[in-house]
Amino acid sequence: MSLRDIGVVYHKELIDSLRDRRTVISMTVVPLLLFPALTLGMGLLGATLMSRAKGEVPLVMVVGGEDSPRVVEALKRNKKIEVVPGSADFEDQVSNKTVRAAIILPKGFDAAAEHGDAQTVGVDYYEGDIKSELALDTAETSLKDYRVTLAKQLVSERGVPGNLVEPFKVEKTNVAPPEKVAGSTLGGLIPYFVIILSLTGAMYPAMDLTAGEKERGTMETILTSPVSRTDLVLGKFFMVLTASLATALLSLTSMAVSFFLARNMIDKLVSEDNPTVHYAIDPVGILAVLLMVLPLSVLFAATLLAIALFAKSFREAQTYLSPLTVIVIMPAVAALLPGVELNTRTALIPILSTTLVGKELMAGNHPWGFIMLIFLSSCVYASLAIAAAVTMFNRESVLFRA
Amino acid sequence: MDGRGGFPATSKLKDEMENVAMIQATNLSKVFPATKKTKEIRAVDGVSFECQPSEIYGLLGTNGAGKTTTLRMLATILEPTGGTANVAGYDIIEEPEKVRANVGFLSTATALYGRLTAKEMVEYFARLHGMDGEGLRKAIDSLFEMLGMNDFRNQRCEKLSTGQKQKVSIARTLVHDPKVMIFDEPTVGLDVIASRTIVGFIRQCRDRGKTVIFSTHVMTEVEKLCDRIGIIHRGRLLAEGSLAQLRERFGKQDLEDIFVDVLGDQP
Repeated sequence: MSLRDIGVVYHKELIDSLRDRRTVISMTVVPLLLFPALTLGMGLLGATLMSRAKGEVPLVMVVGGEDSPRVVEALKRNKKIEVVPGSADFEDQVSNKTVRAAIILPKGFDAAAEHGDAQTVGVDYYEGDIKSELALDTAETSLKDYRVTLAKQLVSERGVPGNLVEPFKVEKTNVAPPEKVAGSTLGGLIPYFVIILSLTGAMYPAMDLTAGEKERGTMETILTSPVSRTDLVLGKFFMVLTASLATALLSLTSMAVSFFLARNMIDKLVSEDNPTVHYAIDPVGILAVLLMVLPLSVLFAATLLAIALFAKSFREAQTYLSPLTVIVIMPAVAALLPGVELNTRTALIPILSTTLVGKELMAGNHPWGFIMLIFLSSCVYASLAIAAAVTMFNRESVLFRA
Repeated sequence: MDGRGGFPATSKLKDEMENVAMIQATNLSKVFPATKKTKEIRAVDGVSFECQPSEIYGLLGTNGAGKTTTLRMLATILEPTGGTANVAGYDIIEEPEKVRANVGFLSTATALYGRLTAKEMVEYFARLHGMDGEGLRKAIDSLFEMLGMNDFRNQRCEKLSTGQKQKVSIARTLVHDPKVMIFDEPTVGLDVIASRTIVGFIRQCRDRGKTVIFSTHVMTEVEKLCDRIGIIHRGRLLAEGSLAQLRERFGKQDLEDIFVDVLGDQP
């Protein structure tokens, strides 16, 4: 093995690949556009839709309120809904979204309530329609508030202090620092995207440097040079690894920049329901994720090379490599499922382990034992993949497959 | 590393190499094992021959005769399954990298890297042959000058004409000043002018003391160029000698008639 020869091959492959539009696009444009589009675009779309839904005052029909003006009056005081008089086809109107919800009061509601008789108020809404769900929430809150007011009034009329009905109030305060809030919600997603992109970034050059060379007839040319086949495949491997890491690094940078630019918008979204919750991305966590993805990139680069080398043409290589995306996505998605946690067994499953530890790292946790185990096991898998690529490159039946 | 220093080879090299077999194939064989789709193929079957410096040896045969496989084994692109060969003093199985350091291999299958410029392409191969610095620059300058390549030196190979591409390929095979040149059907698919360039180049190699072996199925090329001819068929070397020797042995003047005669009794 000669480091000089590996360097010469690497240098040539780098120049060659950087002049290839398709490689450059898969390596840079995808990660640079995907994340801003995902975070800014989707975030913006979500925020717009949400604020539009919240900005609209939903029509809520009160059915059977003719003999109960007090409860209707209480509902009308809530400015977040607009109360409209009831009609017999209220169910159809909720379904057709003419009104967003319908409150169904039993006959003689006010009178019965004053006597403290138990009764049931129905609320019809349309599940899945966000505006209808918002109307339901508001109607429910209004009714609960009215229930407490009514109860207080009833007990005080009987000489019992009103606060007995509501002896305490609940106030929630978030103590999780902003980084942890972001880490636990986004924690799984960031490593997931970085892993997928480090695979897709390596895919095109891996095909171009192997099957592509066979197709263009340069494979035989390079095999006539005195460089050993091991040095040749290692030079190529380092180029594919460079593409993979560059894609991972660019995607992380673009993600960090997009979150930074969209931080106010995202923060506004998360703190809307609870003003004590804030959002921030931990740069150390992002760097740690990149470090954990490194051996995985090595694994991807070597595996892709070994498989693509077997193909006779670019098209054949694509057929072999496309299913690999699904194979990589599966464990990465599995890590996002609730209940899938880091343990000694999951720490040994490549890709899944990296996504799981990435989730922890993004949330600011540092399980050192697992970090070492995952890093080392990924290094072992990566070494095996490099050995496989070298073996493949030394096989005539693969290089000159008829 | 042997064989550096740029083209042309000196007359000293010529003297040194005189009468020493630069290529010596002994019982060279290649069997491609059976696959799901194909039966076992005995592509080359016990071929033995020798080539001397300043000699052009022509391997003549029909398609599938075993010419390409023989030459690929000599260039160490393929490994023999039987026998061996000594090229430029090195065994092709024991020291394949040293063999390649002393061989220039050119065929229509050895394409150029389209996205590299002519200069980068030749420079890449020079570096792979261990050249560097001033030596590399001089070798490239003199090659580009000699082959008239300075006009397109910084153009990408994909943009070059067929003739220009050929020159780059020639420069690529010559940059490390190899002792042995191997040409595998170098004129296939080329027009008359381009073929003439290649034929002229092969002759120049011989005149500069290099050992040349080339394969073809074009009789006129063999008649024009070869000092010795080997007729190969179904992996076996059936006849060998100079054109005059073959004419005498078979009592025929026309090489094509001789070729048909040799193949005549073969299945």
